[in-house]
Amino acid sequence: MKPVRIYAIFLRQLYLIRSNFVRFFRLFIWITADILLWGFVSNYLNAAAGARFSFLAVFLGAMLLWSFLTQVMQGVTMAFFEDVYARNFLNIFGSPLLVSEYMVGFMLTSIMTSGFSLVVMLFLAGIFFGFSILAYGLSFIPFLMILFLSGIALGIVGVSIVLRFGPPAEWFVWPIPAILSPFVGVLYPLSVLPHWMQFIGRLLPPSYVFEGVRAIVAGGGFSSGAFVVGLFLSLFYIALAYGIFLLVYRKAVRTGLIARYSAETLT
Amino acid sequence: MQKNPVLEVTDLKKSYGETVAVNGVSFSVRPNEIVGLLGPNGAGKTTTINMILGVLRPDGGRIKIEGKDIAQKRSEALERTNFAAVYAQLPGNMTVFQNLYIFGLIYAVPDVRARIETVMREFELAPFRDVKCGVLSSGEQTKVSLAKAMLNNPRLLLLDEPTASLDPSVAEIARRKIKRFAHAGTAGVLWTSHNMHEVTDVCDRVLFLSRGKILLEGDPRTLPRKHHKKDLEELFIAVAREPLSLETVRS
Repeated sequence: MKPVRIYAIFLRQLYLIRSNFVRFFRLFIWITADILLWGFVSNYLNAAAGARFSFLAVFLGAMLLWSFLTQVMQGVTMAFFEDVYARNFLNIFGSPLLVSEYMVGFMLTSIMTSGFSLVVMLFLAGIFFGFSILAYGLSFIPFLMILFLSGIALGIVGVSIVLRFGPPAEWFVWPIPAILSPFVGVLYPLSVLPHWMQFIGRLLPPSYVFEGVRAIVAGGGFSSGAFVVGLFLSLFYIALAYGIFLLVYRKAVRTGLIARYSAETLT
Repeated sequence: MQKNPVLEVTDLKKSYGETVAVNGVSFSVRPNEIVGLLGPNGAGKTTTINMILGVLRPDGGRIKIEGKDIAQKRSEALERTNFAAVYAQLPGNMTVFQNLYIFGLIYAVPDVRARIETVMREFELAPFRDVKCGVLSSGEQTKVSLAKAMLNNPRLLLLDEPTASLDPSVAEIARRKIKRFAHAGTAGVLWTSHNMHEVTDVCDRVLFLSRGKILLEGDPRTLPRKHHKKDLEELFIAVAREPLSLETVRS
């Protein structure tokens, strides 16, 4: 892998974000809505329940972490969609760029965009609701890493779906986090789910993050077991997602899909 | 002594289901040589170029760029290759400079900023340096694609109808620049076009593809007479309409 090529992929996204306020707007509009909605819901529940339980830490904090994962995933998929929209596949894949360099470039892009979104979310949660993620202690940072890795894996799966089924499959990608959220127990413990949903939830790394964070809020301290399992699973899913992407890419090269992406009207 | 070819294509094959797009094509391109790849629509020209670029996997055969097999060393082989195609314009949402800079990095061009200034001057793109490609005319966009194709001083340049959207004056300038580039340096050029006057002017050798096979090969200035045709355009029409009769002549 050549770092200069990875930098090129990252720089392209930076140029695009800088050049158009709409792309910049995307980085914080949804998360602002999420933070405000769940912040006020949490405030209302706090008022109704009295001081017995901090809904801010459980609901607002959890939604903040979930939004972070969504932003990481979208950081990868949106970077790829830019090449779909611009019909740039032939220029990209007809160059010396390696698939691995392309993907690492997307990951760097995602670090930039999701990092910015996270800062905005923390700022809004602090300003409007006096909530600080430090309420979880510094132990939330390892959990954040699991969410980042899970978001990257989901992003690569999203990219693979669009490469395999074409641009109309874009709509499959956007609801992926929403489809997963009931299973990973963002707002409730896995134990409230039916057994079959719990089983699926335990296969998904974010469930260990939310269980772990709830344990911290309940005063149980950092669960290294949840962290290790979550980290292992997220690394496994990244490897799996990359494997899926390589399979899809190779099929696209075999069938001529890459070449046709440039020649066809994609709208 | 004959120079080693920059491109060697051997027994290349590609089918889409029952449709045979390329059927055992073999040819080479040497340094300083411009080879025209001609043929009617659907003859297999773009399919061949896509396989050389590594975006389409052949069913059989071998492609070597400067001795490097594209199936095994794709990235290395493409480092000193570049292309421009009328259907592969650069992203319209970035400026001319940004596009050239990104692709300069991807092709690991040394002293990339200076090289960009040179190609922008060459193709009269300096006034559009900070203009988004999407608002340029199609002719100007083609010039940006050609500038990108020259960025890495390629040893192999693939041009798929590069002048299709240019007016005759700009097309003539582009042809002159590409000819100078090929004949002055060490690059070989594979050029597809439907403009037979252009091909006669530019190409040192032509290959006529028909139904995925090379039907005829030779000097574009002498080949028509060999087949009792007035000029290359008449020969092209014959290839398109009656390839079998030409095949008989050839055999």
